[in-house]
Amino acid sequence: MAHNESPPIVVENPWERLNAFTDARIGLGRAGVSLPTTKHLDFQLAHAQAQDAVHCALDGNSLEAALTNTLGLTMPLIRLHSHAQDRATYLQRPDYGRRLSDESREHLLNAAVTGQRFDLAVVIVDGLSALAVQQNSAPFLAALTECLTRDANDWQLAPFTMVEQGRVAIGDEVGSLLNADAVLVMIGERPGLSSPDSLGLYMTWAPEVGLKDDRRNCISNVRPAGLKAEEAARRLVLLLKEARQLKVSGVKLKDRSEEDVLEGNSAKGSTRNFLVAD
Amino acid sequence: MAQTYHTTVGSRRYRFNGLAELMAKATPPRSGDRLAGVMAESAEERVVAQMVLAELPLTTFLNEALIPYEEDEITRLIIDEHDTHAFAPIRHLTVGDFRNWLLSDQATSEALTAVRAGVTPEMAAAVSKLMRNQDLILVAKKCQVTTAFRNTIGLPGRLSTRLQPNHPTDDVTGIAASILDGLLYGSGDAVIGINPATDNVAQSVKLMRLMDEVINKYEIPTQSCVLTHVTNTLEAIEQGAPVDLVFQSIGGTEATNRSFGFDLSTLAEAETAAQTLNRGTVGRNVMYFETGQGSSLSAGAHHGLDQQTCEARAYAVARKFNPLLVNTVVGFIGPEYLFDGKEITRAGLEDHFCGKLLGVPMGCDVCYTNHAEADQNDMDNLLTLLGVAGCNFVMGIPGSDDIMLNYQTTSFHDALYARRVLGLKAAPEFEQWLEKMQIFEDVSTHRLNDRLPAAFANSLRHLPQEPRYGA
Repeated sequence: MAHNESPPIVVENPWERLNAFTDARIGLGRAGVSLPTTKHLDFQLAHAQAQDAVHCALDGNSLEAALTNTLGLTMPLIRLHSHAQDRATYLQRPDYGRRLSDESREHLLNAAVTGQRFDLAVVIVDGLSALAVQQNSAPFLAALTECLTRDANDWQLAPFTMVEQGRVAIGDEVGSLLNADAVLVMIGERPGLSSPDSLGLYMTWAPEVGLKDDRRNCISNVRPAGLKAEEAARRLVLLLKEARQLKVSGVKLKDRSEEDVLEGNSAKGSTRNFLVAD
Repeated sequence: MAQTYHTTVGSRRYRFNGLAELMAKATPPRSGDRLAGVMAESAEERVVAQMVLAELPLTTFLNEALIPYEEDEITRLIIDEHDTHAFAPIRHLTVGDFRNWLLSDQATSEALTAVRAGVTPEMAAAVSKLMRNQDLILVAKKCQVTTAFRNTIGLPGRLSTRLQPNHPTDDVTGIAASILDGLLYGSGDAVIGINPATDNVAQSVKLMRLMDEVINKYEIPTQSCVLTHVTNTLEAIEQGAPVDLVFQSIGGTEATNRSFGFDLSTLAEAETAAQTLNRGTVGRNVMYFETGQGSSLSAGAHHGLDQQTCEARAYAVARKFNPLLVNTVVGFIGPEYLFDGKEITRAGLEDHFCGKLLGVPMGCDVCYTNHAEADQNDMDNLLTLLGVAGCNFVMGIPGSDDIMLNYQTTSFHDALYARRVLGLKAAPEFEQWLEKMQIFEDVSTHRLNDRLPAAFANSLRHLPQEPRYGA
C-alpha cells in the first residue's frame, strides 16, 4: 500500500554526532527554521534549574568539612558575611557585596594574627553560585597547596576565609585586613545553563579596598567539565610567582602560562581540527 | 558653576541641580540608576525632568560639560571633534524640537547622515530620554551606518550575525563544531568571534590561526576576532598572528577605560597596527567594540551620571576609531543595572538608537543572565524590535546557550526567525557564499538545505574516532 511519503516535519542535522565534542547546543535540528519542541523544552528546563541555583545558599559547615577532609585544615575556616544581608539585596546592591559587614570586619581583625604578614590569603566567596564553591573548592585547594609546596619559594598562607553574599572585590578588604601580599578570591560564577558549577579565580597583588578590575588576573571556568583543578592551580601558581617577583598584578602581568604552546609543535598549540584536516 | 533648573507643577516646585542631575532624573527607570542614587524619586519627578529637558537648547550640551574637560579625555574628544558645520541645521533646536525634527519627514537618511558629526553623545542621550520605544525604532531605522572589511555590514534590509563559538576550555574541535553548526545555519557574516576562556596572548594567537584557517579553506567572505584585551592583540600582531579585527570593551568615561586597562592612545595604536596588516578585501574597518549600560558605575567611574548617558559617551570613543562593529551587550551585566526584560528591552533600543544617530555601526547582543528577571520571550521581543529598527547585527550561538560566558543570547535559529519574519538578508557577499556552498536550498526564502553540503560532508569524514572533549 502507498504510504504518505511527505517529508519529516522536524529536520535532523546530519552533523549531530559533533555533539560528542562539545557541550554547546549544536545539531539541534529544526522545524522550519525554529527549534523542535523537545529541544525547546530541554532549554526551558535548564533555564528553570539555573534560576533556582542562583538562590541556593552556601553551606558553611559542609564546606568546612570538605576542606578539613581534603586538606587537613588545622584551623577553622574564618566565616564572614558581606554588607548584603540577603540574596535579594545582594542581587541589586553590588556595592554591599564588595564590603564586609561591620561584625565580620571586627571578627576578622580579632581572628588575624597581629603584625604577621602572609604571602597569600585565600578567600572563598559564594558569588552567584554557591554550588560551584561547594563542589570545586576542596579539589582546587588541594591542587593549589601541592603546587605551592613544590615551589622553591616558601608560601605562608593566611587562615582560609569564607564570605557569604560576596563579590570579587571583597577579597581586597579581607586580604588587606589579613596583611597578605596577594589575595586569591575563589568565587561562584554566574550559573550557565550547562554549567551551574563554574568557579572563578581572581588574583590581586597588594590588595586594598577600592582597587579596580585592571589590577586583577582571572582564571575562569574551573570545574570538572571545564578547566581542571590541577591545570587551574598550575596556571595560578605561575601568575602568583610572577606577581611576587614583579610586585604587580592585573593588566601589567600577562598570563603567560600557555606561552609554551607557541614554541615547537606541541599538540597543545595545534589548531588541527576536522574542518581544516586536509 | 552648574546651573540649577526649576519648574512648578501644580503646587509642587521641582529643582534640578545641574545638567547631570536633570538628565539622570529624566531617564526611564532602571535598577542601575537606583543603585547609583541618581534616579528620579517619583514618576512625576521623572516626567517633570523630561519636560524641563525638552526646553533646553541643544547648544547647552556644548557649553556645559557633564564631566569636566580637564578631567576626562572623552569629554575632550567630544568637544574638540564637534563639527559646527554639521551641527548648523539643528543648532537652533531645543531637545524637544530635536525629537520632533528626528521624527519629521525632513530628517531623511541623508539629512541624518549629514548632521551626525554635529550630534554629541549627550544630545543623543537627552533626546532618547524623551522618546518612546517606537520613536527609537523609527528614527534608528532611518539612520544607516555601513561598514566593510571582507563583506559589507549594515546595508538596508540586511541583518548580520556574529558567530560566537565559545568553548569553556578553548578546545579546538569543540570550537570547530560550533563554527560548523553556525555556518550551516547561515550565521557568521558580521564576524566569527571567540571569547577565549583564558585571556593570554598565546591562547589568542592559537584561536586566531584556527579561524584564519577555516576562513581561508572555505573562502568565507567574513572576518575573525578573538575578544582579548587590546594590548594582547597588539602583542599578537607583533608576533605575526593573522589579526582581522581588534577587540576592546569600552566605556564612556576615561576612568572606566583606565579600569579596563587602556586609553584612547592605545586604541589609536591598535587601529593603525591592524590596518597595516591590510587584510580587508572590501573595506578597512578593523575595530570591534563592545559596550553596555552600567559598566561605568560598575567601575566606580560614572561621575554621578546616569548609565545611559555614560553609554552614549562610549559611542564617541567608538566612532573615533572607525569600527566595523559595535555591540551593546545589553543584558550581560546583570539585574543590578537592568533588572528585568522591560528594562533590558528599553536599554537595547536606546543604545541602538543613540549609536546609529551618532554614526556607529550598532549591533546588539540581545541577552540575559540567569540572575536577571528575564527569559526567552523577552529576547524574542527585543530581537524582533531591533530587527524592525534596522540593527546591523545580533549574536548567533548554538541553542542560545553560551557555555563559556554563562549567559543566554540569540541563537542561529533566532536569527533565521528574524530574517524570515522581517524579510531581512545576510551581508551580500556572505549571502552569495551561502548560495554557492549550497547551505540554503533557497537563500531568498531562507529555506535551508536538508542535506549536508558537499564541502562540509567531506570535512566530517576527518572527525577523530574518539571524542577528545572531556577526555
